[in-house]
Amino acid sequence: MARIVGGLATSHVPAVGAAIDLGKTQTDHWKPLFDGYVPAQEWLARVDPDVIVLVYNDHATAFSLEIIPTFGIGVAENFPPADEGWGPRPVPTVDGHAELAWHLSESLILDEFDITMINEMPVDHGLTVPLSLTCGKDSRCEAPEQWPHRVVPISVNVVQYPPPTGKRCYDLGRAIRKAVEAYHEDLDIVVYGTGGMSHQLHGERAGLINSKWDTAFLDDLTRDPERLKSIPFLEYVRETGAEGIELVMWLIMRGALGDDVSEIYRHYHIPASNTASGLIVLEPAA
Amino acid sequence: MSDQDQFDDIPGTYLFDRHRSRQGYHLNMFFFSLMKPENREAFLADEEGYLDGFPMTPEQRKGVLERDWLGMIKLGGNVYYMSKFGATLGRSFQYMAGAMSGVTQEEYADMMKAGGRSIDGNRSKSEEN
Repeated sequence: MARIVGGLATSHVPAVGAAIDLGKTQTDHWKPLFDGYVPAQEWLARVDPDVIVLVYNDHATAFSLEIIPTFGIGVAENFPPADEGWGPRPVPTVDGHAELAWHLSESLILDEFDITMINEMPVDHGLTVPLSLTCGKDSRCEAPEQWPHRVVPISVNVVQYPPPTGKRCYDLGRAIRKAVEAYHEDLDIVVYGTGGMSHQLHGERAGLINSKWDTAFLDDLTRDPERLKSIPFLEYVRETGAEGIELVMWLIMRGALGDDVSEIYRHYHIPASNTASGLIVLEPAA
Repeated sequence: MSDQDQFDDIPGTYLFDRHRSRQGYHLNMFFFSLMKPENREAFLADEEGYLDGFPMTPEQRKGVLERDWLGMIKLGGNVYYMSKFGATLGRSFQYMAGAMSGVTQEEYADMMKAGGRSIDGNRSKSEEN
């Protein structure tokens, strides 16, 4: 039987990927952010999962306005890094876990989560930056020759209104947990939620940061997830910036961990380019 | 207030809803096409000719040619699509954000280093809070 052994949520800022790719992680500007990821890297190395189920959003990369899947799951053997307009990031192809991914899709759909199955999916910074931040080949996040973990990508539409509600995301997480526990193979799985925290990338209000709101969100992942499930779209947009809605993806991770969790670690840093960068590591309560 | 009114009450924010998605479809699909290097080259070699392949409005076309970042958003552009156009020109998200909020990239970066744009005063146009 497979089991979920931990959860991690992190921002997935493209400029952070660029800082890694250009060897700038130890500059005065970037060092405080990257230093904050070292304990999470050590945690991940200790837990050493067989698979990461990585929840992220595609940023108009694999999907355009032609097709807008609310939830998607990558069922392919591998996923190439995408060219987002400046060439693909110099990072390895992401190895999937097709057997687990197909099992998850079947289980989720029969559990009434009608997820879209995807075989061709270049993956953008939303997926590769969290991998670089947490499982580079050494603690300084240099690009590894090969990613150390297989990844099942789960994509969430947060670009076109309306994105799924926080409650729907949390419930999808619960369904993922149920599906994982019904899987035949003995696998340790870590679930990632990515995106956020407060940020707005467009309009005259670009650059909005709300650290008080972000801190309460981090606190309530353990203290009061019920409150987080009920936060409406309007509040995300108004209080965290239009692009802060990505935080609903953290609730998929949270839902997958079960009712009670322990916080292992957190880090919060302003700014990562336009964004308040957040990181949290959770484990299911024993 | 209706939901729409409440969204519209948030200052400096352009919700990518069904109206903007329909309005901006061809503009955004132009941006999306720039993910291929050969298309970036073709656009940079002949901007007007390349844009002829996308049935956008004259206002949207003007926004592209004049690099009017905020104008393109107001005409239905979405920032994630627009970032492909920015990248084609060597412009980052941070550059575009500065341009849309009316400051230089350096001034914008300084604001971010100082903690970002405050939420206070930026929640609501009508209540000015």
